[in-house]
Amino acid sequence: MTRLAPFAWRLAGLGVGILLVLLWQRIADARVIPAVFLPGPDQAWASLLAGFESGGLWPKLLATVLRMVYGWLLASLLGIAIGAAIGMSALARTYIGPTLEFLRPLPAPAIIPLAIAFFGLSDTMVLGVIGFGALWPMLLATMHGFAAVEPRLYEVARTLGLSRLGVVVKIALPSSLPDILAGMRLGLTIALILAVVGEMLTGQDGLGTWILRAARAFRAADLFAGVILLGLLGYLSAQALSLVESRLLRWRARAR
Amino acid sequence: MSGRRERGGGAAAKAVIVPAALLMLAELAMRLTGFKSDSVAPPSEILVAAFQALHDGSIARATGETLLSAFGGLAIGGLVGLIVGIVLGSVAILDRLFDFSIETIRPIPPIALMPIALMVFGFGARLEIAVVAFAAVWPVLILTRAAIAGIEPQLLEVARALRLGFGARVFKIVVPAILPRLFVALRLATGVAVIVAVTVEITVNPVGLGYAIMIAGQSLRPDLMLALLIWIGLVGWGLNFALQATERSLFGFAMPRARP
Repeated sequence: MTRLAPFAWRLAGLGVGILLVLLWQRIADARVIPAVFLPGPDQAWASLLAGFESGGLWPKLLATVLRMVYGWLLASLLGIAIGAAIGMSALARTYIGPTLEFLRPLPAPAIIPLAIAFFGLSDTMVLGVIGFGALWPMLLATMHGFAAVEPRLYEVARTLGLSRLGVVVKIALPSSLPDILAGMRLGLTIALILAVVGEMLTGQDGLGTWILRAARAFRAADLFAGVILLGLLGYLSAQALSLVESRLLRWRARAR
Repeated sequence: MSGRRERGGGAAAKAVIVPAALLMLAELAMRLTGFKSDSVAPPSEILVAAFQALHDGSIARATGETLLSAFGGLAIGGLVGLIVGIVLGSVAILDRLFDFSIETIRPIPPIALMPIALMVFGFGARLEIAVVAFAAVWPVLILTRAAIAGIEPQLLEVARALRLGFGARVFKIVVPAILPRLFVALRLATGVAVIVAVTVEITVNPVGLGYAIMIAGQSLRPDLMLALLIWIGLVGWGLNFALQATERSLFGFAMPRARP
């Protein structure tokens, strides 16, 4: 019974979702809103299938996913490395920390013109913008995580005669892993947004360019298909990451 | 915390020393080498460009356009998020039924909806307001729902004992109880709204600060471009600061006190 109840709720939630899609279909069929603006889910679905069957949509999806993942990995590496370097030293924290906190709320897309001035309308530019924009959650999480390590653990490290690298790998990183993973989840969301924005601006092949062109040509079914695909991408990547997160943090739940 | 406050002056000086030194270094390096570039400018030229743009009113106009769209979208999206958040937070059955749908729609990047808004509204403020509204719904909705879940159970028992109806319960008990946390939601949503507004302007919409910075970059005015970049940062930072100060003065009494 207790095992069944969450499953039943999930099923009911799915039912509500299906009802909402049916409602969308009814509204579209009733032509309350012109069909140019609101295609039914059937049309969007047909467009999605047609795109995949003709093979035209796969490379676009792949291009966006790769751009997002590469940029995100770049941002994660940079963020964790810089965050660890600053987090390890109290001196760096007092001198550089406030500057970083000030830079963080800057809208990442605002640096796009600067990136274009340096790299032109290229793939490198998009990667650079994602790398810079998605960096902050990881950097600050690592920095705070390293600063918040239980001091007694550092004493243990000293007693064991661990090297500096040993302290980072064996103590500081595992202990700030929950913060870092939360930051990486946030960073992935930002990476997807910046990948799409970057594609729209540079015209590189990808889902962002595809939906913008569909909108300019009033191909509403293609447009909605692309938006659904992007939504799915956001949903699945977040789900995958929380799966990894719960796997990696199992030791922590057990310790409680 | 108290230790940091005692050294407040010193901490502020330590915070600015690194960026100040870097700026001086950049200025010196560019002056001494006579370096000319289409992508960066020495800090002094950025400052001059900033003063010029402030003086001729172009920054003020662009800021006005951006903030109008940001706050317009925030008002619509925030209201929707508030209402839906209150309903879902107060009625547990609805909350569970709609959870799947909400968690499916929420990860759609707001920017992905921009082409739809572009197709429907064309260029202009309405396009931007629509995208900002979509983005602003979620922080308000999620935090409102969470705030209601965190209401003291005794308050709800009082409501039940007084036999308050749904409307009276919401307006006399729930809203006053969650007000401080609603303000936090408002602050977060404001940050999101400004970021999304600037993003929409950079990507497609030819108004506001985002468009101004794109044009400055394209017309090879790195000084103006960097001045606008700093200005955008200041606007976001200033809004956050003002809202945080308001929050403290309005709800300072309700802030969770430091627990041992």
